[in-house]
Amino acid sequence: MKTIKVSVVTPDGPVYESDVEMVSTKAQSGELGILPGHISMVAPLQIGVVRLKKNGQTDLVAVSGGLLEVRPDQVTILAQAAELASEIDIDRALRAKERAEQRLNVQQAEHIDFKRAELALQRAINRLAVTEKRI
Amino acid sequence: MASLRDIKSKITSTKKTSQITKAMEMVSAAKWNRGVMSAKAFVPYMEKIQEVTASVAMGSKGIAHPMLQTRQVKKTGYLVITSDRGLAGAYNSNVVRRTFQAIQSRHKSNDEFAIIAIGRVARDFFVKRGMNVILDIVGVSDQPSFADIKDIAANTVGMFADGTFDELFMYYTHYVSAISQEVTEKKLLPLSDISTSKKLASYEFEPSAEEILEVLLPQYAESLIYGALLDSKASEHAARMTAMRNATDNAKELINSYSLSYNRARQAAITQEITEIVGGAAALE
Repeated sequence: MKTIKVSVVTPDGPVYESDVEMVSTKAQSGELGILPGHISMVAPLQIGVVRLKKNGQTDLVAVSGGLLEVRPDQVTILAQAAELASEIDIDRALRAKERAEQRLNVQQAEHIDFKRAELALQRAINRLAVTEKRI
Repeated sequence: MASLRDIKSKITSTKKTSQITKAMEMVSAAKWNRGVMSAKAFVPYMEKIQEVTASVAMGSKGIAHPMLQTRQVKKTGYLVITSDRGLAGAYNSNVVRRTFQAIQSRHKSNDEFAIIAIGRVARDFFVKRGMNVILDIVGVSDQPSFADIKDIAANTVGMFADGTFDELFMYYTHYVSAISQEVTEKKLLPLSDISTSKKLASYEFEPSAEEILEVLLPQYAESLIYGALLDSKASEHAARMTAMRNATDNAKELINSYSLSYNRARQAAITQEITEIVGGAAALE
């Protein structure tokens, strides 16, 4: 089966590099599935999961937004933070979730902090969901 | 001439100092190693984002994004990166002096500029002189992860976007090698010279080029700031390593010269004693 090279890179270093059969993820405009030979494309991503299909198995990577760059032979995901499902720190994500929820309850008034807390909550929920493979 | 005991105590204290500086040198060497490694890990991300930004910004002419446009300058932002601690030779003072001179030559009043300080040294320096420090962060770890400075980077870029200042300069220390680091001034915003050595690719945009730039440009500017911080950290540890090695060498030299005068003083004391004994014996005869 044809494969396509995928790399997920973050400022702290590469997170994932492999040849896979299919990449599927959630861009800001909706779900995207990418097979080998896809036309060159750039799309911003939502906070969510990247599913990488390979030999009947699926690897999951949690990303906090970022950008997807597609070339016919290569897919690159540029994210400010990304983790493989097995490398997510569950305790930390749980704590982050609690903290964000508290902030959301308290600071309804302040707009910017509210938005930040909301994003933090989304990221935490995303990480937890990925570890439980609920996606 | 100093007494034997005085010299002895000087030697011991210098020895202790040199032990400390030696230890600090080794600590810095380890941190320097890791700093260079994390700067290396950052390279693939930076190259890729530069490549994509260049292709999107160049490939789609006629798109006006605020971060690409030069506007009339009413206020200038200065982002200064120093360390929290001293004992790194001229590392901090070089950056701070360069920034200070630039500000003094360009601006007449305090309202024309704003300073964003990373590191205690820069913050204290500019606050003490009553200059306008609008944002500061201290206690950045020696191996900063992107998450550590995401807030300050995002805030800085946000301030440009909402018009707090109209251009942004960055002052940091560029790491050349273990023995050479140079202070660098870089105009960060508006983004003007996005270039890449690689061949530009043409892309389909999903949903549109504008919306991609909306996400991409802030992310790009933030990574430039993070890159400068990693560069500065590697320089800091290299500078401290060199400074501490020099201190250890100097201490050794001092100990040598003290030992020499200690031995001289000891011999003088012995000679004097013998003279006294001989003199005493001669007096008895």
